[in-house]
Amino acid sequence: MKAMQDSLLAPSRLKAWEPALWLVAFAAPWLLPGHALIVNEMAIVALFAVSLDLILGYAGVVSLGHAAFFGFGAYTAALFAKLVMPDPVIGLWVGMAAATALGALCSLTILRGSDLTRLMVTLGMALLLLELANKLDGLTGGSDGLQGVVMGPVLGRFEFDLMGQTAAWYALSVLFVLFALARRLVHSPLGATLKAVRDNPLRAMAIGIAVQRRLAVVYTLAAGVAGAAGALLAQTSGFASLDVFALDRSADVMLMLVIGGVGWLYGGVLGAVVFKLLHDVISGITPQYWTFWIGLFLVVLMLLGRDRVLKPWAAWGKPKAQGESA
Amino acid sequence: MSAAPIVLQTEGLLKKFGGITATQDVNLSIAQGARHALIGPNGAGKTTLINLMTGVLEPTAGRITLEGVDITRMAPAQRVQRGLVRTFQINQLFASMTPLETLAMVVSQQQGLGGHWWQPLGANRRVVERCEVLLSLFRLTEVMNQRTDVLAYGKRRLLEMAIALACEPRVLLLDEPVAGVPAGEREELLHTVAALPAEVSVLLIEHDMDLVFDFATRITVLVNGAVLTEGTPQDIANDPQVKSVYLGHGEALTHG
Repeated sequence: MKAMQDSLLAPSRLKAWEPALWLVAFAAPWLLPGHALIVNEMAIVALFAVSLDLILGYAGVVSLGHAAFFGFGAYTAALFAKLVMPDPVIGLWVGMAAATALGALCSLTILRGSDLTRLMVTLGMALLLLELANKLDGLTGGSDGLQGVVMGPVLGRFEFDLMGQTAAWYALSVLFVLFALARRLVHSPLGATLKAVRDNPLRAMAIGIAVQRRLAVVYTLAAGVAGAAGALLAQTSGFASLDVFALDRSADVMLMLVIGGVGWLYGGVLGAVVFKLLHDVISGITPQYWTFWIGLFLVVLMLLGRDRVLKPWAAWGKPKAQGESA
Repeated sequence: MSAAPIVLQTEGLLKKFGGITATQDVNLSIAQGARHALIGPNGAGKTTLINLMTGVLEPTAGRITLEGVDITRMAPAQRVQRGLVRTFQINQLFASMTPLETLAMVVSQQQGLGGHWWQPLGANRRVVERCEVLLSLFRLTEVMNQRTDVLAYGKRRLLEMAIALACEPRVLLLDEPVAGVPAGEREELLHTVAALPAEVSVLLIEHDMDLVFDFATRITVLVNGAVLTEGTPQDIANDPQVKSVYLGHGEALTHG
């Protein structure tokens, strides 16, 4: 009884390295003030990756248009700041709420059909919003982007600074809170039923899980989290442009998950950090050709397996017991 | 035979796939606590009948009632919540989860906690207690922390049944529980089938006649989608029609 409960609870227990990781993250803008802007970007894309992992890694729903929710959150937050009020936290709630509502609406169509259908429908949804934002230029600024977004101080006290320290801490805090909530969810009975749906929808139905409804719930939640990431980008950059809806953005976030590992929330964070670092370092050396190196990295990663690239000391020694799950 | 109440009943059940009639006017009654077997040659429509009962397929005509409630058009998940649970002829398991996680998930779902997201899986005492009972009943305790996709075939077959029993069925449909199980692991499986709780009504679909005659107190023979005959094991063993179906002269009798 005790042993069983222990092994069931083991995945949800806090590991020693987790608080350490978050401490390092929160200390980074202070230790490296010159790099606060990139920390901010990392936190935002990490949150976006966590959102995609919720549906892809934990529920098995593929999406090539996750930027739809990111972008919708971004434009909503930017417009809210410009037209209604400049408070970032309220704007964040509004951006999240809007993306959540859009996610609920999309879940009606997206959850029908097979993987290929879903890829195409999600892709179409993002393209649709991209063109809407382009066309409604009176409201969104069209291809010039939505300019003149001025943000108030966070919680009425912390002004956004040019170095990006406030922005980084703000984004990290939001990431932390939403990550903690997502972490609870994936280790709960609800999370276990999602994994069941991912592994075997037929059997999930045969044990009484309302599969479509379960997927709709997680899809809606993930959309809200993506909307929060988008809102953070618009708020911390004071700008929203059409590229928030772009296919690149949906594809990049999937790359991050592939790099870090799906079905493991820290995988999204790890992937976001590695991806942004690679981007930053390589484009510093060769600004025009950085995607060549990213491509090469991906090919090597896929051929060798993630464990051997990211943890070579552990993997080269002994043969693997089970099949590679990448 | 005493008159135990009927828990699952089909009336005039008909299923056509285009011009082919897969299920033809099937009237079947499963009594409370029954050990009922459904036999028939390959292609007799046994699996179609299960799919109709569980809601994977919708009948062309006819009615299905579960404990007096019409479930003919009810969604599959709702039928499970009302106690109609099946196992699969080909294992349908959750590959990346361990037997312990799988059962904890199923038991949580069964106890109405499936939508809970704040407590971790396994925080609920009653769930863990139920898992402990199921794991030992199905002899899965030693392998409870191994991923399902690395388990021996016999163990997976046991897990297949444990999942169904974790749903607390009133009626359990067992679709060929020993199919493909190597001889060494067979005994264990037969033992657990025999040890299923008496209050659960069981409909067993099986090709293995030894198991059928050991287990069942009532047998229905299905041929070409229609009921050929029904009776006690003794009736069936002595029925000349059944003999000829199983000896390969079935064509002449299929419209009986």
